[in-house]
Amino acid sequence: MSNQATGDNQPQPAGLVSAAATRGTLTLAAAGLGKDFRLGPGHVLHAVRDVSIGLYCGAVVALVGESGSGKSTVARLLAGQEHPSAGTIWLDDQPVRLLGRRAFRRYKSEVQMVFQDPFASLNPAHTVRYHLERPVRLHRGRQSRQDVEQQAGALLEQVRLSPADKYLAKYPHELSGGQRQRVAFARALAANPRVLLADEPVSMLDVSIRLEMLSLLDDLRSRFQLAMLYITHDIASARYFADEVLVMYAGQIVDRGPAEEVTQQPAHPYTQLLVKSAPDPDNLGGALREVAKRGQQGGNGSVNGSSSQPAEGACSFSNRCPFADDRCRAEAPPLLQISSSRAAACWRLDVAAPSVYAGREGGGDVTS
Amino acid sequence: MSTDLGGPVSLPAQPGGHGRFAGEPVLSIRDLSVSYRTLAGDVRAVDHVSLDLNAGEVVGLVGESGSGKSTLAYGATRLLRAPAVITSGSVRYHGRRMDAPTDVLQLTAEQLAGLRWREIAIVFQSAMNALNPVLNVHDQLTDVIRAHLTLKRLEATQKAAELLEMVGIPRARLRSYPHELSGGMRQRVMIAMALATDPEVVIMDEPTTALDVVVQREILGQILELKERLGFAILFITHDLSLLIELADRIAVMYGGQLMEIGTAGEIHHEPSHPYTKRLLRSFPSLRGPRRDLTGIPGTPPDLLDPPPGCPFLPRCTEGTDECKKIEVRLAKVRSSIDPAHVTSCPFVLPDGADSLSGGRPAVAAATSQPSTEELKP
Repeated sequence: MSNQATGDNQPQPAGLVSAAATRGTLTLAAAGLGKDFRLGPGHVLHAVRDVSIGLYCGAVVALVGESGSGKSTVARLLAGQEHPSAGTIWLDDQPVRLLGRRAFRRYKSEVQMVFQDPFASLNPAHTVRYHLERPVRLHRGRQSRQDVEQQAGALLEQVRLSPADKYLAKYPHELSGGQRQRVAFARALAANPRVLLADEPVSMLDVSIRLEMLSLLDDLRSRFQLAMLYITHDIASARYFADEVLVMYAGQIVDRGPAEEVTQQPAHPYTQLLVKSAPDPDNLGGALREVAKRGQQGGNGSVNGSSSQPAEGACSFSNRCPFADDRCRAEAPPLLQISSSRAAACWRLDVAAPSVYAGREGGGDVTS
Repeated sequence: MSTDLGGPVSLPAQPGGHGRFAGEPVLSIRDLSVSYRTLAGDVRAVDHVSLDLNAGEVVGLVGESGSGKSTLAYGATRLLRAPAVITSGSVRYHGRRMDAPTDVLQLTAEQLAGLRWREIAIVFQSAMNALNPVLNVHDQLTDVIRAHLTLKRLEATQKAAELLEMVGIPRARLRSYPHELSGGMRQRVMIAMALATDPEVVIMDEPTTALDVVVQREILGQILELKERLGFAILFITHDLSLLIELADRIAVMYGGQLMEIGTAGEIHHEPSHPYTKRLLRSFPSLRGPRRDLTGIPGTPPDLLDPPPGCPFLPRCTEGTDECKKIEVRLAKVRSSIDPAHVTSCPFVLPDGADSLSGGRPAVAAATSQPSTEELKP
């Protein structure tokens, strides 16, 4: 890979090539990213631990995981909204240091974020015009009023809200959820960013609109060659939309690889659980009835959500994992490479995902 | 499982009353219309909708936001308040504890209080907001129990603990406040609360939409398991058709305040007849099987203040013709289907194109908006 970050600071564990790298050059990268939140004296929450990620020009990397897994914290770290407790972020091979407002604003004009809830992310007291003209003025330099207005209109056209004049004067409450999210996209584009961090951009929207919004995002990605991070808990949409999928659990990346591979041959037991939990129309109730039956037998720790926490230093999934053994409960596995683009953090891959394990490159023992 | 005996039956209640006869729906919505009176005019959110819910059945009601699915459910239980007005229809409820059916829309406030929760319970969409943040779970559960059942304080506490355990929350969490529970647990508390009085119909309004897929699946599995055990019927409202196909026995597809299609989950999945249903099916990404072409549904739902003439889906329909502007939306049997209860509002999906497109359209013209068996018999 010619376009990886130089030196030992790499967005992937050594030797791993992102499936997104074929699309373009590395734009935003992070290595060993960590974030701790102090909850009280002696009580620290490790929200994000040792996350390495690379966003490539014109490619989509999906970050999939349950709520509380730390995926939004990763986005906030990358967006410069939070200071990492550990690790480094690079923008175009330059380490990111956000000291002072000016540096922060310069960074913001490269890296923009779209939030989940379009009902909360737009100011109800301001019109669409205000939401778009302000970032245009802030990030595109001083210009005449007509120019600003013309650009705000052009932004709306880009997110397929036309005629723009009709929407500029509207307040958020006059727009549907999908239209609001389009305005949020337009606002992010107003800064002419090269990186777009989309934190669950479609999960608040209707199923019938989701696809349209994803195709709009895809269109913007290819038109502006955006490096995109797509955060979602819907692994099926990641399959269609992303180049590379990273699965996050309890603050760590546990499974990563090309989107199709991760979703079709999940390696980590947690990824398998995610895939199994997705609705399966072809099953017509079969799988759900099974869940119902299992629930009847009772004793399933994960059901009541109050199951025992994994021991300190153990694999964080070991308390819910059907394959966990003594080693899992004592020692957390690092991300182990399966192929040139695939890795999973699991000691028991040979049992959990025999087909993936058998197909790994090199053929040596993963647990070296 | 499903006691669906084909089409809905509309026989009069038996005088004297021996309770519900076999195959009689527990809840029967007929020709229900609900409007919101606004300064700009009436918004017809639900337009002459008829739907049956059989005992122990899961009926899924699917549609986009603004399609009227929640208004239909709340209208049928009379939970709407001004400016919503029920302009037509009847809602017949016949529980196993009742001798004769009653029309929910005719009940007095007092009678309604007896019906709600005891007979028909609702799980609201957002468990985050539906629970009172300043009362603990115990107080909220016993409040419901003591309001609707005659139980002593200690018995109510005992019952509350049992309910919690039934939905998989340890008894020890009885004194927890909502903020101390995870989203999934809160939703489970809501379900426990709905089941507190052993109702016969449970309306679930997007109960799992805000939850994680893993938690969602656990809760849906649990709902099905409880349904098998306690025998209540579920009207499950959601916009996620992929979920319904797996969960529901029958599915009703709603658009623009009207029903577009009703069929079993298998029929909706494998032989959808209405163009809207077909488009819905192609608008969610699938995790399994080969990658499909996804199309979504371009366009926006109709403005119900000024609905387009004819079929409400016409502006977004790729198969529509000028004829569609003239039709009156009515459910009629899908001709290609062997199931008389598989009905659609699109007259142009019938297999014999000539017969259906020219003039009379007998199959449609003959049927009224109620797909009752008499009318559908040849």
